[in-house]
Amino acid sequence: MVAQMIEDWNLVIGIEIHAQVNSKSKLFSSSPTDFGSKPNSQVSLIDAAMPGMLPVINKFCIEQAVKSGIGLNAKINKKSIFDRKNYFYQDLPQGYQISQYKDPIVGEGFVEIETENGQKKIGVERLHLEQDAGKSLHDQDPNFTFVDLNRSGIALMEIVSKPDMSSPEEAVEYVRKVRSILRYLGTCDGNMEQGSLRADVNVSVNKPGNELGTRCEIKNLNSFKFIHAAIVYEAKRQIKLIEQGESVNQETRLFNTQSGETRSMRSKEDAHDYRYFPDPDLLPLTLDDDWIKGLQETIPELPDQIKERFINEYSLSSYDANIIVSDKATSKYFEDVVKNRNPKLVTTWVTGELFSILNKKNLIIEDSPITSKQLGELVDNIENGKISNRQAKEVLEEMCESGKGALEIIDEKGLSQISDENEIESLVDNVLNSNPENVKKYKNGKDKLFGFFVGEAMKLSKGKANPKIVNDLIKKKLSQ
Amino acid sequence: MKDSYTLKSLAVLLENNKISSKELTSEYLKNIENGKDLNCYNTISQEKALIDAEKSDERRKSQNLRSKYDGIPIGIKDLFCTKGVATTASSKILSNFVPNYESTVTQNCDDAGLISLGKLNCDEFAMGSTNKTSFFGSVKNPWKSVNSDNELVPGGSSGGSAAAVSGDLCVASLGTDTGGSIRQPASFTGTVGLKPSYGRVSRWGIVAFASSLDQAGPITKTVEDAAILLDIISGHDEKDSTSSVNPKENYYENLNSDIKGMKIGIPKEFRSDKLPASTQKSWDECANLLKTNGAEIVDISLPHTMSALPAYYIIAPAEASSNLARYDGVRYGLRVKGNDLIDMYEKTRSEGFGDEVKRRILIGTYVLSSGYYDAYYIKAQKIRSLIKSDYVEAFKKVDAILTPSTPSTAFEIANEPSDPVQNYLNDIFTVPVNLAGLPGISIPYANDENNLPIGLQLITNSFEEQKLLNVAKNIEETINYSETPEKWWLK
Repeated sequence: MVAQMIEDWNLVIGIEIHAQVNSKSKLFSSSPTDFGSKPNSQVSLIDAAMPGMLPVINKFCIEQAVKSGIGLNAKINKKSIFDRKNYFYQDLPQGYQISQYKDPIVGEGFVEIETENGQKKIGVERLHLEQDAGKSLHDQDPNFTFVDLNRSGIALMEIVSKPDMSSPEEAVEYVRKVRSILRYLGTCDGNMEQGSLRADVNVSVNKPGNELGTRCEIKNLNSFKFIHAAIVYEAKRQIKLIEQGESVNQETRLFNTQSGETRSMRSKEDAHDYRYFPDPDLLPLTLDDDWIKGLQETIPELPDQIKERFINEYSLSSYDANIIVSDKATSKYFEDVVKNRNPKLVTTWVTGELFSILNKKNLIIEDSPITSKQLGELVDNIENGKISNRQAKEVLEEMCESGKGALEIIDEKGLSQISDENEIESLVDNVLNSNPENVKKYKNGKDKLFGFFVGEAMKLSKGKANPKIVNDLIKKKLSQ
Repeated sequence: MKDSYTLKSLAVLLENNKISSKELTSEYLKNIENGKDLNCYNTISQEKALIDAEKSDERRKSQNLRSKYDGIPIGIKDLFCTKGVATTASSKILSNFVPNYESTVTQNCDDAGLISLGKLNCDEFAMGSTNKTSFFGSVKNPWKSVNSDNELVPGGSSGGSAAAVSGDLCVASLGTDTGGSIRQPASFTGTVGLKPSYGRVSRWGIVAFASSLDQAGPITKTVEDAAILLDIISGHDEKDSTSSVNPKENYYENLNSDIKGMKIGIPKEFRSDKLPASTQKSWDECANLLKTNGAEIVDISLPHTMSALPAYYIIAPAEASSNLARYDGVRYGLRVKGNDLIDMYEKTRSEGFGDEVKRRILIGTYVLSSGYYDAYYIKAQKIRSLIKSDYVEAFKKVDAILTPSTPSTAFEIANEPSDPVQNYLNDIFTVPVNLAGLPGISIPYANDENNLPIGLQLITNSFEEQKLLNVAKNIEETINYSETPEKWWLK
């Protein structure tokens, strides 16, 4: 739909992802980082910026950032500098955020995404480390704003893309891909609902051949749906402005998740002068080659590599492989099931029935009511012909409710499939003999009746007959 | 009170049970009470000090001493956070602030059994060289000119720390030095003031002024005492990322006044027609003395010296403008109610900070602003690098550098220049040392024609505190400076 409206326009999209570093303690203090704790229960003297407090870098967060950089195929900078970004706000205790400005820990890299037109490389400009601020609560008291500093000082990675995306779909794919890589690496849990991963999206539009348009930044988008919707809205808004002969103002905008609209937050003129300067409390961060090499060796297989392997080892289609590897837990689940089994059948059951159950129940695969072992057992019984696909669905549903194993359910329900040809032949004969009229009509060309005979035979078997054998026999008998 | 009290002598008296820690502490508390006119202390820890002294005496009885110096009371600049004791930085904005944590330096003192008599007055947030910017009023120099009864500044910012030692309101004290704040008041009060190398002493728990320059150090009566106190307070602290991992030496034990064969540099850029003749004379005499004692005197050049002060007055305010942003009325300290957040910030900070602090916040904010950053901050950093390399070059030729500590002796409180830039010139000889991160010491050399102390400064290479103390000890031993101020406040 966007494509229609903006047919004549180019979209230029760049994204800043703020990913919370998966770490038990904060970037410059030893406070814990658990989500949802009692307000101000995870605040050290440093996080509250008491007089005389000094930051000390958490080495684990550095490791996580470097690992992320490696996962983004990026240059690791052996020297980086922490700067102070100065501004006043009630939930920023120091009066400055420690961030990295001119010399980030990670330089240029890229990720590959799937698009309608195949693979596309999206450039990564940089990744830098910074502190999160606290949280202001405006709804606790009619006269006061309350401040919760639990988040204050938590490590964030800001991953800045190049303006390489040209559709909302590509933008979503990019964020998905980065999230997936970080989750594989274990450097960010990617939990968007809890705010562990959020995106600021820069959008501009221009006519092909013309100069780039003025961009607007939409802040703090915390779902794929919102990223998509915000870009669509923003692109349309900008196009409309230009088509009306007006111009786009460079500004920061907020997305209203209720109305699906963006509104101005502050214009470029109102932008803060953050007075960045190197934090004199911290020495430049230097990394040595051996240390980086050591980390490189700990990098697990990443989605792109696993995808390639799945295509080669299991002959998956690129499409199916992509779906399965997009999530670390899914690809592990798949691998657990597919071992020594028919990959095609396993793929169908994982991406089909299992995903649909998870979707319906709004569950992630880690919380799947059906274990990979259970699904494997089910697939085995399909594969050896004991149950039909239709029966298997029934078994899966029951499995989901009771948690029982496939065989147990098959026995209990008496679902075991009839595959004995003689037994089925007598069923088929029975059906054909009881319906001479329809047999005649069929032979005169009413092909559609084939399904009727199959249905009657299955009914007669209480659904247990192997449908393939039923089909074959009816075809054979009717062509005699 | 015996004027001969030093950390060293008191340790002996305590060891020989000639005096108890409680008696000693009471004696100093009495001196503090009698010396109230000097306005040295912002907070007097009367009760706590006596309890701590009793505990020390018990430790001594049970032979469970924390160090040789267990039980000796000292004074602490009101910039060190002290658990349960008000820590104000001599500012209204922190006038109600009581930390629930202890700075590393004061913890180290506690670990050695030293007792805190209280918190010493200083310039607000350590910004000043006269102690006049304190919210709690000026400290008075124990010294007076023979020609006038007018009160003199003790120097700053560690004015209280220096005046208290000079006036026997404590035997030794802790100060901090960002551009001369230990050495300049030491010079004005006839005491020994040591600024260690940047990174030698932890900054954790010290109210920050300019993080890349701040360094804590002792103010004492003797060079030996400076070594003793430096032994106690220095060392690596993992809570301070800029703290050095260089192993510290045993400064007092290794103190050795033999300077034979050493080369002492006299930088020509420190010479000035404006230098008082008596100061120039002391400087020359001291150089001769060192020569007599076996050192070689070498003329050296530190070509970027004149750029140090301008660079300092960009870098220090820049860092301060950011360091002081946390005093916003939100979490602790003064809060003045406002109509909204911005209004509250403005009212709190307008009321909470004094003029000099505001001036430096404004300068710092200005020089970091986009469009000015390169012209000021970056340029100042370049100058800083040049100054550092001046000293690197110099220390290829010499072991130590000898200069005056200050361009004048103590002046009248009423005569403080109204032009802040005039005031900034007080630090002209001390500032380059902070910019280069070097250790420096001011020792009293002689008194001028008005009977006011003249201080001389020694500088060595980074982490060569031992050499610095050794040369200082040599001078001290030779001149045997023993002038003390007349205790006019007792009359």
